[in-house]
Amino acid sequence: MNIAPDGLEFEKVHVWRGDRHVLQGVSANVRPRELLHISGPNGTGKTTLLRVLSGLLRPEQGSVRWLGQSIMTFRTEYQASLAYASHEPALKGDLTALENLHFAVGLKRRITAEELHAALDRTGVGACADLPARVLSAGQRRRVALARVLAMSATVWLLDEPYTNLDASGADLVSGLLQAHVQGGGLALVVAHHELRLPCSIRRLELNS
Amino acid sequence: MKVGAWRAFVLIVYRELCLSFRRPEHLFQPLVFFLIVTTLFPLGLSLQLSQLRDIAPGVLWVAALLSSLLSLDSLFKSDADDGTLEQLALSGQGLTLIVVAKTCAHWLLTGLALVVVSPIVAIALGIPTAAFATMMMSLALGTLTLSWLGAIGAGLTIGLRRGNVLLSLIVLPLATPLLIFGAAATERAISGTSAVGALYFLAALCVFTCTLAPFAATAALRITLE
Amino acid sequence: MWTWFYKLASPPYVYGVAAALMPWLLGTAALAMVYGLIAGLAFAPPDYQQGDAFRMIYVHVPAAIMSLSVYMVMATASAVALIWRIKVGHAVAAASAPIGASFALLALVTGSLWGRPMWGTYWAWDPRLTSELILLFIYVGVMSLRSAFEDHARGDRAAALLAVVGVVNVPIVHFSVVWWNSLHQGATIVKLGAPSMPGSMLWPLLSMWLGFMLFYGAVLCTRVQAEVLNRERQAAWVREAIKS
Repeated sequence: MNIAPDGLEFEKVHVWRGDRHVLQGVSANVRPRELLHISGPNGTGKTTLLRVLSGLLRPEQGSVRWLGQSIMTFRTEYQASLAYASHEPALKGDLTALENLHFAVGLKRRITAEELHAALDRTGVGACADLPARVLSAGQRRRVALARVLAMSATVWLLDEPYTNLDASGADLVSGLLQAHVQGGGLALVVAHHELRLPCSIRRLELNS
Repeated sequence: MKVGAWRAFVLIVYRELCLSFRRPEHLFQPLVFFLIVTTLFPLGLSLQLSQLRDIAPGVLWVAALLSSLLSLDSLFKSDADDGTLEQLALSGQGLTLIVVAKTCAHWLLTGLALVVVSPIVAIALGIPTAAFATMMMSLALGTLTLSWLGAIGAGLTIGLRRGNVLLSLIVLPLATPLLIFGAAATERAISGTSAVGALYFLAALCVFTCTLAPFAATAALRITLE
Repeated sequence: MWTWFYKLASPPYVYGVAAALMPWLLGTAALAMVYGLIAGLAFAPPDYQQGDAFRMIYVHVPAAIMSLSVYMVMATASAVALIWRIKVGHAVAAASAPIGASFALLALVTGSLWGRPMWGTYWAWDPRLTSELILLFIYVGVMSLRSAFEDHARGDRAAALLAVVGVVNVPIVHFSVVWWNSLHQGATIVKLGAPSMPGSMLWPLLSMWLGFMLFYGAVLCTRVQAEVLNRERQAAWVREAIKS
C-alpha cells in the first residue's frame, strides 16, 4: 500500500567534521502531529543533525526529504516553511525585542505589529517589547526567541535545546507551545536533555557515539 | 502570505541601516581612517601642495581602498557572531537576496559616505575642484565594486582568526584594476584630458562584478555556514 | 565514455595512477630540460641586441607560462571539486598551489636578474612582471585561506572558491596592468620579452617549456599522492598502501 509521503524523513545521514564521523547513518521520519525528541550525550551531533535537516549543512551521504522531495531541490521554499531555534537565542543586541521579531518574521510572512505583540505576550515577555535585546536576561532572550518561532507560523519546528535558561514556568510554556503546535497539525523536532512529558505522539531518536 | 523579493530586500536594507545608526561610531571610524591615511602621505613626503597634486590620485585611491577594507570585516561578522546570519539564511528568501541586500546597504553606509567625504580629502591633496565630479564618479563605481569583492572575501573569512588580515590579503590583489583605472581617471581629470575611457572601464568592471559576485559571495557564505 | 572521469574520482585509483606516472614524467622532464639547457646555454647564438643576457629566457619564460598554466589547472580542479563534489579535485588544487607559486616566484626572480643587465635595476614596473607579482599574491591568498581553517574540508572549499574567483580576475588584472604601463611608455626601452627567434634559439626554449610542464606533472603526482594519503588517512586502503 502506498502511503502518500508527508512529513520530514531522513535516511542514512552521514556527516564528517574534519576527521570526526559525527553523524553515522541516522534515519527517522516525522509526520504531522508528531514530535521527534532527539537526545544523546554531548558531542554526538544533535545540533549537526538539526542543521542538516534545516538545509544549512549538506550531508556527505544520505538524504533528507520533505513531502517526498529532497530538500536540496527546493531548499528556499522548504526553509520558508520551517522555524529554526538555535542553541543561542540569536538576537541582535542593539535592536529591541519587537524589532528583532519584525525583521526576522517579516521576511517569512507579512505580519502586523499587533501579531508580534501578541506573540511576545504569549511567551511572557510582552513588557520587554521595546527594550534592546542586550539588556534582557538570558531567560527573557530565550522567550523572545520562542516568540519568534511562534510568530513565524511555520509547519516544521526545529528547536535546539529550547528549555535552556528557563525556569519552571518557562519550561511549562515551551511544553505548552509544543503541544499546541503538534496538535494543530505541525511537526516538531526537539533536542533536549531531559524527558519530554507531552500528551502527543513522541518518537525518540537517541544519538550515541 | 509570502513576502516578495523586493519587500524582503527593503526590509533587510532597513535592518542594516537601523543597526548602523544605533552605533554611529562604526560609521565614522572608516571615514576618519580615510582622512588620517591621506594626512600621512604629505607628512611622510613633505611635499608642496603643487607636488602633492601629482601623487594625489594614487594617494586618494589607496586611502579609499584601505578604509573600505577596514569596514568590510563587519559585513557579515556581527550577524555570524550572534547567530542571526543563520536566521537570515533560513528566512526562506534565499541566501543570494540576503547577500545582495546586505552588500548594497554596506555600500550605502561606507562607499557612498567615502564619496561624500572625498572632496575634503581632495582639497587637502591639492586636487582642483574641476576634477571633483570625475573623482567622485570614479570613487562611487570603485567602492561599489570593492564592496562586492569584499563581500566574497568576507564570506570566506568569517570566523577565522586574523580574518581581517586574510580578507585584505585576498581582496587587494583582485582590487588592483580598480586602483589603476580609478587613479587614472582622476589623474586625467586633473590634467584636463578626457577621463571617459577610464570611467568606462571602471563602469565595465563594476557591472561585471555586480553581476557575478553575488553568486560567488552566496557560495562563500554557504561554505562558511556549513 | 565518462567512466574514466568517474574512475578519477576515486582516491585509491588516483593514487595508483600518480604513482605509476611519476617516474615517466620525471624521466622525460629531465631529458627535455637537459637538452634545453645545454642547447640554449651553450649552443644557441647570442642575441644581437641583448647579448648573452637573453639566455635568462630559457628559465624565465617557461616559469612564467607555467605559473599561469598551473593556476588554470588549480582553478579547474577547484571547479570540479566544488560543482561535482569530487574530493580528489581538492587534493589536486592543494597540491598545485605551492608549485604554481614557486613558478611565479622563479619567474619574478629570473625576471629581476634579467632586468639588471637590461634596465640597470633589479626591478622596474614592467607590465608582465607586475601582473606576475599580483598572480603571486593571489596564490599566496589561496594558500593562506586553505591553511587558516581548522576544518580541512571547509578550508578546501573556501580555497577552491577563491581560486575560481581569481581565475576570472587574472585576465582582468593582466589587462589593467598592461594598460597602466602603456601610460608610462618610455621607461622600458628594451622589452623583457622573447627576441624574434631563429630555430636554434626556439627549439631549446620549447624544450625547456615542455620540460617544465613534465616536471610540474611529476611533482604534482608526488604531491597528489601525499595529499590523498593525508585526506584519506582513516580509510583502509591507505594502511595497505603505506605498508607496501
